Amino acid sequence: MSTAVDELKSFKPVFTVPRSAPAIVTSLALILLWEVLVRVLDVPAFILPTPSAVVARVYTDLVSGFILPHFWLTFVEVVAGFIVAIAVGVGLGTAVALIPILDRMIYPILLAFQTIPKVAVAPLLIIWFGYGAHSKAIMAALIAFFPILVNVIVGLKTTDAQRILLMRALRAGPVQTYMKVRLPSMLPYLFAGLEVGIVFSLIGAIVGEFVGSSVGLGSLIIQRQAVVDVAGVFSVLAYLSIMGLVMSMAVKVVADRMTFWSRSQDIRSA
Amino acid sequence: MREDRSGAVEVPSPIAVGGDFHASGRSSPGAAAGQPIIEFDRIAKVYRAADGRPVRAVDSVTATIAAGEFVSILGPSGCGKSTLMMMLAGLLSPSEGTIRFKGDVVTGPQDDFGIVFQDAVLFPWRDVLANVKLPGEVGGLSAAEQDERARRMIRMVGLEGFETKYPHELSGGMQQRVSIARALSLAPSLLVMDEPFGALDAMTREQMNLELQRISLESGTTTVFVTHSIPEAAFLSDRVFVMSGRPSTVREIVTIDTPRPRRIEEMNTDRFGTYVSRLRSLLDAKGEM
Repeated sequence: MSTAVDELKSFKPVFTVPRSAPAIVTSLALILLWEVLVRVLDVPAFILPTPSAVVARVYTDLVSGFILPHFWLTFVEVVAGFIVAIAVGVGLGTAVALIPILDRMIYPILLAFQTIPKVAVAPLLIIWFGYGAHSKAIMAALIAFFPILVNVIVGLKTTDAQRILLMRALRAGPVQTYMKVRLPSMLPYLFAGLEVGIVFSLIGAIVGEFVGSSVGLGSLIIQRQAVVDVAGVFSVLAYLSIMGLVMSMAVKVVADRMTFWSRSQDIRSA
Repeated sequence: MREDRSGAVEVPSPIAVGGDFHASGRSSPGAAAGQPIIEFDRIAKVYRAADGRPVRAVDSVTATIAAGEFVSILGPSGCGKSTLMMMLAGLLSPSEGTIRFKGDVVTGPQDDFGIVFQDAVLFPWRDVLANVKLPGEVGGLSAAEQDERARRMIRMVGLEGFETKYPHELSGGMQQRVSIARALSLAPSLLVMDEPFGALDAMTREQMNLELQRISLESGTTTVFVTHSIPEAAFLSDRVFVMSGRPSTVREIVTIDTPRPRRIEEMNTDRFGTYVSRLRSLLDAKGEM
């Protein structure tokens, strides 16, 4: 015999809606609308291909192996640029945040430098560093390093003074204080910067490829545009968004692991 | 989140921690029984206020504290008692006078003391064990020794079983216990506490007072305890330094002549009431608080 209470306890919803469901439904509806409109209005394929044609193209690009060298090179450029951006952003940010004279010497210059649209520097980089991957990685690093730098500076400058006082009371040296307090305290800020930085890095690499290269997803877009291969361009866009998505998620996963304590604090105070 | 595992408070666990504490046989550290471990000699601290005028926060403090003593520094908020404590800890230097610790003039943070702030100041990215290990780590102890000392201290403050918890998983009282364990992990001869229970609720605070009494007697550590709670000072201390308002100085030293450890019921006795009203009248003398 089961009582009403037991019944309530054993009650499980038959079907739960995942959080991402509404967004997926919207996306599918939009794609369907696109497909229908293109067919009904008879839009020429060189203006706007159907989603089904794009999917077919994404598939053939993959199985023919055609896309792989392009994808790989762009990936390498983005990652290399991102790593350089992290090194420069953390290094320079630490110097500016902890050494007051550098703060006054360097920081205003950095801010002024930030007002230059860096995309406009791309042609110069091609002249200086050539048509290869180097100039693209540098372009990526140039765009990505600034949000990282700013976050590192803010993170280090807002370190809880009591933690520093505690380290002083324990007679810790500056290196110990940095490694044991300032650096971990700064991590949530750093990762906020990295989440922006990885996206910027991808933008930098693509812009670099637009300006001058023969391999890479950016240059492939230019090549396909030249022959009005619109479905082909869409296919490259799909690969680019996959790359961006995977990279952002990778940064988030690392961030969650390394700053779990920060997030749980936020939840607690909320 | 519960404040305590049941039993953590009642069990005064006769713990075999003694070994490390070279407690030099002070079973009942009475007032002025041992050698002075701390000597304040005409200490003053002058700040420059926002408008540039000098402000005397602390003035002509002269006193000694004996080894093994529990001394409270009692005074109204903002009377400079924390300033005095920071100077004792070597984190601020006095403008005038000298502080001697074990005979040597204090010029910076000392080797042989532990400090507890009003906030626990735990590192949220470290679990309880790693937080308590911090002083040993900074001091360059071997990993095995760090671990052994930290675990012993965690047991002493009644947090055994919580080693792998993170600060955000603990209540305020438990966080402060971790902070005390950290301060004691190098077995210092002096423990300096700056209103450590000020942020806790009344019930937790009472429990923590009992715990602190047990811990301080067990470890034999000289304790300087800054507070603005009269009953807390009267309950815990061998002697209470009653501070005046600005410029702050030791107005009077009241000896609480009851053997420690004291039971919480002590608080209901007439004798305790007499001490409390005496302390209160001293604080009220100039209409402060």
